[in-house]
Amino acid sequence: MAMTEQEILTGLGEIIDEVAGVPADQVTPEKTFVDDLDIDSLSMVEIAVAAQDKFGVEIPDDQLKDLKTVQDVIDYVRRSEVSA
Amino acid sequence: MRLTEPVAGARILAFGGYQPARVVTNDELAATVETSDEWIRSRVGIASRRIAAPDETVADMAVAAGGKALAASGLSAEDIDLVVVATCTPEVQIPNTAATVARRLGINAPGAYDMNAACAGFCYALAAASDSVRAGTAGHVLVIGAEKLSQWIDWTDRSTCIIFADGAGAAVVGPAAEPGDAGVGPVVWGSAGDMADKIYINDRDSFIIQEGQAVFRWATTALHPVAKQACERAGVDPTELAAFVPHQANLRIIEAIARKLGAPQALVADDIVTAGNTSSASIPLALSRMIERGELASGAPVLLLGFGAGICYAGQVITVP
Repeated sequence: MAMTEQEILTGLGEIIDEVAGVPADQVTPEKTFVDDLDIDSLSMVEIAVAAQDKFGVEIPDDQLKDLKTVQDVIDYVRRSEVSA
Repeated sequence: MRLTEPVAGARILAFGGYQPARVVTNDELAATVETSDEWIRSRVGIASRRIAAPDETVADMAVAAGGKALAASGLSAEDIDLVVVATCTPEVQIPNTAATVARRLGINAPGAYDMNAACAGFCYALAAASDSVRAGTAGHVLVIGAEKLSQWIDWTDRSTCIIFADGAGAAVVGPAAEPGDAGVGPVVWGSAGDMADKIYINDRDSFIIQEGQAVFRWATTALHPVAKQACERAGVDPTELAAFVPHQANLRIIEAIARKLGAPQALVADDIVTAGNTSSASIPLALSRMIERGELASGAPVLLLGFGAGICYAGQVITVP
């Protein structure tokens, strides 16, 4: 069954807390990774890897640069779930 | 046909390390390429690195580290009958580095060969040395990792010139009287030739090219199972490790693997902070410095994990001499 936006957001919050030490409650959909959450390209790779484990959705390196906000990742995961 | 008598086990008798004198700080690099101390520290964890003098060779550094390990082992040059140098930056294609190093250390006519498994080189060479001792084909082996990566760096490429550095580290490997005294555990090694294009030097006139993000993804996902398997094969639980000494590639990779290894009590080597990435030299160099500082007790189990271009990787548990 597909996950809700809220479920993905909660999961992402846990991942970002573990990978980058950003408290989960600061991870809201409109936040940008680089400017708002201070997350760099290497942390994005770690987030993508953890997201694959958690959501079963692969995010390749060449897609990462287009995922600028938390909402972008939520959308990506939902799109990939539909097509999977 | 008569065969050699096998030996119960192999152990490491001593380590030695050498770093060139010249310290290059992040600020010094930031003066010539667009980078900053903060950026380098946060992305790769390096504060400063050592760079060899223009006329200082890989063999010079290997001799310095090898000589220290030999002295610390209490053996003399005549006790060594095999010299293995792990390097991916030899001065020339032939002659090899090992024979020159042996001659300069006064080791008379040992078996001598170079081995290229890039940043996994020391762990590969240690496994080969340990197996040679156990098979009875060598008595005592001098294993050295030595690199002059500064010669293969494009100093205008800010993605690589901040990472790589020069240095050497060495170990003396010899027989263990009883299997229980063995100090080099079974190696878990492998390669991923499908990723050969992720880190390479094309030819003599080229520089190191690295796809950082791809290597980072591979290292943070593929290696902790290798590390765990090396522990399992040695019969040492990760929670029993006194230290984890992975190749000093990038502090973020080191921390990610350490987290997934599940060894919260283990001291995790962070020699990269002041040594940079010295490829095959990084593990023995880090170990020699940790032992010098009194951070590792004799007999303590330590997990080594080398990985890099090839892609090649290897890990084994050792006990501190």
